[in-house]
Amino acid sequence: YPYVTGTSVVGVKYKDGILMASDMGASYGSTLRYKSVERMKPIGKHSLLGASGEISDFQEILRYLDELILYDNMWDDGNSLGPKEVHSYLTRVMYNRRNKFNPLWNSLVLGGVKNGKKYLGTVSMIGVHFEDNHVATGFGNHLARPILREEWREDLSYEDGVKLLEKCMRVLLYRDRSAVNKIQIAKITEEGVSISKPYSLRTFWEFNAFRNPTVGAEGSW
Amino acid sequence: MFRNQYDTDVTTWSPAGRLFQVEYAMEAVKQGSAAIGLRSKTHVVLACVNKANSELSSHQKKIFKVDDHIGVAIAGLTADGRVLSRYMRSECINYSFTYESPLPVGRLVVQLADKAQVCTQRSWKRPFGVGLLVGGLDESGAHLYYNCPSGNYFEYQAFAIGSRSQAAKTYLERKFESFMGSSRDDLIKDALFAIKETLQGEKLKSSICTVAVLGVGEPFHILDQETVQQLINEHEIVEEEAPAEQEAAAAADQDAPPADEAPPADQGAAPMDI
Repeated sequence: YPYVTGTSVVGVKYKDGILMASDMGASYGSTLRYKSVERMKPIGKHSLLGASGEISDFQEILRYLDELILYDNMWDDGNSLGPKEVHSYLTRVMYNRRNKFNPLWNSLVLGGVKNGKKYLGTVSMIGVHFEDNHVATGFGNHLARPILREEWREDLSYEDGVKLLEKCMRVLLYRDRSAVNKIQIAKITEEGVSISKPYSLRTFWEFNAFRNPTVGAEGSW
Repeated sequence: MFRNQYDTDVTTWSPAGRLFQVEYAMEAVKQGSAAIGLRSKTHVVLACVNKANSELSSHQKKIFKVDDHIGVAIAGLTADGRVLSRYMRSECINYSFTYESPLPVGRLVVQLADKAQVCTQRSWKRPFGVGLLVGGLDESGAHLYYNCPSGNYFEYQAFAIGSRSQAAKTYLERKFESFMGSSRDDLIKDALFAIKETLQGEKLKSSICTVAVLGVGEPFHILDQETVQQLINEHEIVEEEAPAEQEAAAAADQDAPPADEAPPADQGAAPMDI
C-alpha cells in the first residue's frame, strides 16, 4: 500500500509538442507532508515522465529508466529510444509487477516528441495503457478530463495550452484535498524538455457558494 | 591452409597469432554456394544461388525473414545458419514486444557478432560455420552487414560470399558507387547480374536463385519464382523486347498484359508490342 503519494498529473498535446502539469505536493495519508517534490522528470532526449501515486516507486521507476537510457546511449549508434518505446517498456514493467502481486503503485503519464511525431500516453499500476490527445491521472481523471474533452483542440498554441492546464490545475486545487498550490508546467518539443520553475495559481475564495455553503441545504456542511 | 599442430583447438593460438579453427570456419563459408547483398539509401536486396543436391531433392533455404524490416542470407553450414536465424528472430520479437518498435539492425548484428565471438573463446564450442549477410532498415536508412564466423562484422554497400563470390564482387566493385541512389528495381537488376557472374556460364534461371527485397514501406519478402523469371527475361535478353509483366510488389514501369499462370519456360518467347 502507498505511504507517500503524489496527486494528479495532467498532460495535453499542443502545436509544438506536449505540455504536462503537476503540483509539487506529496501527502502522507491526509497530511500534506512534502511540498517541493518534482513529480515530472525528463527521460532521455525525447520524453518526459510524470507520476502520481507512491513517490518511492516513482523514484524506483526513474532508476530503471536511467539504466535503460544509459544502455541505449552506450550503443552510440544513432538510434535512440523514443517516447513510444519508453511507454511500452514501462507498460511491461508495470504489468509484470502487477502479475506478481507486487505493483509499483503509480499512474504514469509519458509524453514526448520524436522526429516530429508527438506522443502522449499513460500507464496505470495494473498495466492498463493507452495513448490519447489528453490524459490525466488520479483526481485529474474525474475533474480535468471533462474540461479537456470540451476545450482541447488540435494545434493549441503554447499560451492556450498553458491556460488550459492552469484551468484544470485550479479546479483540482479547489476540489482535491491532496493538492497544494505550487505547480510546475513542463514542455516537450522536438528541441527538448523544459520544466518550468514552480509557481502558484491565483485562487478566488469569495464565491457565494464558498461563503455560504449551506444556503441550499440546511443542516449540511 | 595445411594441417599443423596448432589447429586442433579453437582455444590454441598459433605462433603467428592466428586461430586456425576460426580461419577454417571461414573456409566453410567460402565453400557454400554464393549469396550476395546490396543496398541503396532506402532498399536492401539479398540474392543467393540455390543448388539442389540432385534433381529429386528440394533446394536449401538460404534466405530467412527475421522480421518485417530485417532479412538474412547465409552461406556455409546452413544448419548453423538456421540456428542463428532463429536467435535473430527471437531477439527481434522480444524487442518488439517490450518496446513496440522494430529492433535497429545495427544492434542485432552486434548481438550476433558477440554470440559468434563466444564460440571462438570456449574450448567446448566450435565457431559457427556460416557467414551471414544481414540486410535491414532502421531510423538511419537501409543497411547491409556481413557477420563472420570470427565474430567480426562490417557494414557494406554491397557484398558477396560463398563459392565464386569473387566474380560477383568484381561486378559489384564496378557498379557500387551508384547503388546509394539506385531505384529498387535497378538494385534487383544488379543483384541478378551479380548472381549471374557467380554461375560462370551456367544459365541463370529463377529455379536456381532466390531474390528477396526489403525497403522503406516494403516489408521483407522473398520474390516468387515467376517474378524473378520475368525480371531475368527483362534484363538479360536485350535483342528482343522481353514480355514485360507487372511485378508483384512494386509499381510496374511498363504497361503489361496480365501474367500467365505458367512462367515463360523458354526464353525465346515471342516479343510483344507494348
